[in-house]
Amino acid sequence: MKNKHIKQLISAIAIASALNVSVFGAQNNHDGMQMGEDMQMQGGTAPADARDPHAYADGNTLTTGPYSQSGPRQLKLADEHYFWSMIGDRFEYSESSENTVFDFQGRYGTTYDHFVVKAEGEIADNRVEETQIDLLWSHAANAYFDAQLGLRQDLYDEGSERTWLAIGVQGLAPYWFELDVTAYLGDNERTALAIEAEYELLLTQRLILQPRTELSLYGKDDPDNGVGSGLSNLSLGLRLRYEITRQFAPYLGVQWSSDYGSTADYTSAAGNKVSDTSIIAGLKFWF
Amino acid sequence: MIQKFPLQTQVLHGSRRRFVQGLTAGGVLAATPAWLYAAMDDKKARGAVPELTGTNIDLVIAETPVNFTGVTRLATTINGSIPAPTLRLREGDEVTIRVTNRLAVSTSIHWHGIILPFQMDGVPGISFKGIAPGETFTYRFTLQQSGTYWYHSHSGFQEMTGMYGALIIEPKTGERQKANRDYVVQLSDWTDEDPMRVFSKLKVESDIYNFNQPTFFDFTRDISKMGLQAALEKRQMWNQMRMNPTDFADLSAATLTYLMNGATPAGNWTGMFKPGERVRLRFINAASNSFYDVRIPGLKLTVVQADGQDVQPVTVDEFRFGPGETYDVLVEPADDAYTIFAQSMDRTGYARGTLAVEQGLSAPVPELDAVEWLTMKDMMGSMNHGDMKGMNHGDMKGINHGDMKGMNHGDMKGMAMDHSSMSNPLSKPSQSVNHASSEYGPSVDMRVDMPRTNLDDPGVGLRNNGRRVLTLADLKSFKGVLDDRRPPERELELHLTGNMERYSWSFDGLEFGKSTPVTLRQGERVRIILQNDTMMTHPMHLHGMWSDLETDDGELLVRRHTIQVQPAQRISFLTTPHDVGRWAWHCHLLFHMDAGMFREVVVA
Repeated sequence: MKNKHIKQLISAIAIASALNVSVFGAQNNHDGMQMGEDMQMQGGTAPADARDPHAYADGNTLTTGPYSQSGPRQLKLADEHYFWSMIGDRFEYSESSENTVFDFQGRYGTTYDHFVVKAEGEIADNRVEETQIDLLWSHAANAYFDAQLGLRQDLYDEGSERTWLAIGVQGLAPYWFELDVTAYLGDNERTALAIEAEYELLLTQRLILQPRTELSLYGKDDPDNGVGSGLSNLSLGLRLRYEITRQFAPYLGVQWSSDYGSTADYTSAAGNKVSDTSIIAGLKFWF
Repeated sequence: MIQKFPLQTQVLHGSRRRFVQGLTAGGVLAATPAWLYAAMDDKKARGAVPELTGTNIDLVIAETPVNFTGVTRLATTINGSIPAPTLRLREGDEVTIRVTNRLAVSTSIHWHGIILPFQMDGVPGISFKGIAPGETFTYRFTLQQSGTYWYHSHSGFQEMTGMYGALIIEPKTGERQKANRDYVVQLSDWTDEDPMRVFSKLKVESDIYNFNQPTFFDFTRDISKMGLQAALEKRQMWNQMRMNPTDFADLSAATLTYLMNGATPAGNWTGMFKPGERVRLRFINAASNSFYDVRIPGLKLTVVQADGQDVQPVTVDEFRFGPGETYDVLVEPADDAYTIFAQSMDRTGYARGTLAVEQGLSAPVPELDAVEWLTMKDMMGSMNHGDMKGMNHGDMKGINHGDMKGMNHGDMKGMAMDHSSMSNPLSKPSQSVNHASSEYGPSVDMRVDMPRTNLDDPGVGLRNNGRRVLTLADLKSFKGVLDDRRPPERELELHLTGNMERYSWSFDGLEFGKSTPVTLRQGERVRIILQNDTMMTHPMHLHGMWSDLETDDGELLVRRHTIQVQPAQRISFLTTPHDVGRWAWHCHLLFHMDAGMFREVVVA
């Protein structure tokens, strides 16, 4: 049994890293962007004879050398500034389940290194039924992707709390696909993989159609929480939002979601629908 | 109670017109304080902008309520006006300018384009400590030059909130070009938002102010016009590289109001003339974020000065200039009224004023030009150096990606080799591209391997528009201006870099905090090559010394203090650092500078 789970963990990480590689590698291997080995407009690694960006300094720094101001460096620009943001990607009501889903992300840090908190959950009958919170350290891996490492905590109104180690990538893939892929390692050799992808189709400058998909995979059955091993859930959504401002956009949409494998068995045993299509209404916002 | 820059969302449709056009009587609200009257030489005051002359000048920095759009905000002002008083000084004079800070935060004034000792240059943390609240700093320097310049704060975002003014230095021997009238036309931009908040929004969503993005219906229109294949090809590179073909300006009219001499378009600044007179217009781009395309329908513009230095007169219909640049233009109006029309490069708005024979007259205001996409050459530079000059811009769209793969790279290297094998290897700027090792990380979203060197390109949105548009290749310094004819002893190459998605800007992929200074030897003649590895145009301003622009053949063209470098373009200039010290060198788009496209230069 143990071996099986280790294999599942390895395969989960392999999938994540394969995605990771293909996402990063995508910059290097497309027509037009790479024209012969010396012509690559994005990404890549510096050749051995690349110019030294400090070659013109003559040993001087911003604080040492002739005519430098005394004391600690006074001039600090935005590259050394800490920014925060709060992004409400989804905050929506589902007509069929009568649940409210939230999917928020908070960020604090510099351009290339920041803390990220991702909180996703479901509210039903005025109670938070389940919440998944990821606390991650995010570090820029290339121009468009961050590598993320941290912890995930699952909280259930009825069920067992789970804690996971999280490792993933988040960013913008070629052709403007927003990706968020995270592999998880929990206690008892639990493993999981979550994949989210979004695309923004601008119908006009303010009316935007967003296809979105989300997959969850688990390495091991977790009957307490109604989760089975293998592909556990797949959802596909289409949201049409109107950006009253870029930061405040109500939307209407339709979402199809289905459970698979033993997750589907747990779901139907609990008397719930395994597969469901629902009209949704929500709000996307950030500040 | 005036709230300073409350957190606000973008202004919505209802008030949109007023927002873009501004208030007719928009501007500074406070009555002119007594101390300002005392300092003002009101005999010379023209229009709304006060003037100060002489060799002893007092400037006071304070917060002043303003209203450009219908909303009251606090601006940072110099002597209570926007723009700040025009300083009319005389070449050869030693001037003493006392600057008193009545703000709660540190401030500074930089004399843009003025050759002076570095301690007087006014960049906090580089030339001095800044001017603390309540303190008075005395600037004292001798004016070694003449022409049209300007001055502004070099602290935080104070320039964006109102701290800029014209600085005119009369030549000792009188103006080379005589004119009956002489007006400063200072263009700027204003936002009701807190600039720091604007900046932090760009960090989250760098295209938040771009409402000219490609849409699905643009795509379907293109399909019906050019077929599916061509419509897809037109988009392929952009989508693949996650780049936006309408990324011209980080800030648009969605947050900016464009000003001419502190007047909104509705306010319509007006300069008077009598028919038959020759009028000199001293255009200064004092905007924080906006390139302007300037024209006066019905009039030819004879450009006689660039960045304060006389050029051989060249007559055009239109010119583009970026923040920091100045152009002096002669016009000979004959009709009753003309519109001075300055549309922003992203075509979302304009600053506007009038030349008229009497107050209250106006001429038709042109429509904004249509938005044109950046082309392949703005992204990739020159696909083939040999053919570049004869290339028809219209053909660019037809470039076949497949052919580019087939390009023989070996031949290109051969071309570069030929250049370097000439007798003096520094007689021409080197053409072989050397990316810095720090250009391969997260700070850089693209690199250009085959840059273009065509200075005769007016830039995106101005190509083949039916008007004669000024280009860098048109500018030739007046005889005697370029006073150092020595060939360069050495050559430095730096690249302008950025990551639009993360909204970070840098030289060589290193933002200011990670950079080390560029060190020059006093009195040396040195070539600096700037290659733009981004898709935006950057007005690059080097403090403390001139930038003598040259062609790709090494022929000196024109003396500048601020040079705009177009996307995928590689330009070079020679400089002679006469004054020791530490100097700033940066993109004059304020947000690019603040994001880190900023280097320190040590002259020792």
